[in-house]
Amino acid sequence: MDVLTDNFSLYGEGFLGTVELTVYASALALVLGFVMASFRVAPVGSFRVFGTVWVTVLRNTPLTLLFFAVMLGLPRFGLVLPFEVFAVLALGCYTSAFICEVLRSGINTVPRGQGEAARSLGMTFTQTLGAVVLPQAFRTVIPPIGSTLIALAKNSAIAGAFSVTELLGTYKTLSELGYNIVWTFVWIAVGYLIITLTISAIFHVLEKRWGVAR
Amino acid sequence: MTESTALYDIPGPHARRRHLLYGLASTVVILALAGWFLHLLFDTEQFTSTKWSPFLYEGIQELLLEGLGNTLKAFAYASVLSLALGAVLAAGRLSEHRVLRWTSTLLVEFFRAMPVLVMIFFIFVALKVQPLPALVAGLTLYNGSVLAEVFRTGIHAVARGQGEAAYALGMRKTQVMTYVLVPQAVRAMLPAIISQLVVALKDTSLGFLITYEEFLHAGKLIASNLDYDLPFIPVVLVISPIYIGMCMLLSWFATWVARRERRNPKTKAVDVAPAEPGTLLPGAQ
Repeated sequence: MDVLTDNFSLYGEGFLGTVELTVYASALALVLGFVMASFRVAPVGSFRVFGTVWVTVLRNTPLTLLFFAVMLGLPRFGLVLPFEVFAVLALGCYTSAFICEVLRSGINTVPRGQGEAARSLGMTFTQTLGAVVLPQAFRTVIPPIGSTLIALAKNSAIAGAFSVTELLGTYKTLSELGYNIVWTFVWIAVGYLIITLTISAIFHVLEKRWGVAR
Repeated sequence: MTESTALYDIPGPHARRRHLLYGLASTVVILALAGWFLHLLFDTEQFTSTKWSPFLYEGIQELLLEGLGNTLKAFAYASVLSLALGAVLAAGRLSEHRVLRWTSTLLVEFFRAMPVLVMIFFIFVALKVQPLPALVAGLTLYNGSVLAEVFRTGIHAVARGQGEAAYALGMRKTQVMTYVLVPQAVRAMLPAIISQLVVALKDTSLGFLITYEEFLHAGKLIASNLDYDLPFIPVVLVISPIYIGMCMLLSWFATWVARRERRNPKTKAVDVAPAEPGTLLPGAQ
């Protein structure tokens, strides 16, 4: 117990680091994923190809390899940014591929008649997608987006191994200080459980409020 | 696929010309970006012969191959063990005995909510286990729990009449499971199971972080060699296509299996899952 009470500020710092990483990377992933999903259903062929390549490559890239390449590779091109920014970039791009697939399968669950009706009213592609199809798709994709973001929060632990301040990284300092290593990990686990269960709870509320099973 | 939502009309001659223009413009932009990246590579002297010469040496090729072999070894152990653990946990969750059901639910929910890296580090640092067993154990606990959920979803996806008919024929609980429900559930869930194995294959790279001598580790060794002018970018350019290629092959295999099983008459009474890893919101039923 004293592992937590003695080092509350250290744990707090790590916890906030993980939360920050998760929030920023989620925002990036949602925006990029949305853009890529629109690319994948766009009428222009090269957009579709670009979206498909983006998703296929990133979904099959080990996240550690991506971190390895981004964190240690980009500085060699003279691009020197804080490690946190690199971590957000890597996590965000990686997760965007999964968000894109979730959104696209959500779009495909919207009945065809909806799109046809919108078209026959003379709506453009952007209007059809933005005003008719996506608002309905949004209702079916709440749970899968939730689990994708939970995966993102869990994946942020990898950033800790690349010297970004976050929850898992705290174990190193604490074991050097000679605290009981098992209890150190118990509190780290509790921290992650709080984060993942919070995201899960938020999405259960969203699902109750707006969700429609199709 | 885009046809099914009717997001846009079939383009006429005017729209086709416009789309062609957009397509050309975006292709030019993408090519320009790629060219700029190549220029950057040349500019920072990533294509000098010193940086690429290490790949000519047999010792270094062997080092890379050994790393690849270690990655595949960890993947093989982890996938077999997690399939077994998944089967056990799924059987527990479907059990009629309350204690068994609750214990396995608790285990599944806990290991699914924990980052796999935290488990690996816990086993490696706190329990002082060797890197390979630590990696395999961590991957097994996580993927086994997810696979348990996949199996359970599969059993529930089999049409109710199947189980009822089997009971009506006088089969026992175990017989209903092994002869009727499990064969159909496994067929239906095969794409999802293979996709989960892709996740396991990708996560073997976490071994790099606990100094397991896998593929990335071999790459790091070569990349930090001063004799060859720190060939980091060449190493990444060699390693990533191989790694990503392996994962892609397995993913494509999952998609192929999904297409095949959907046509198979043996999956009439069950919906075949799409080729995606298990993504169930924790706490959902």
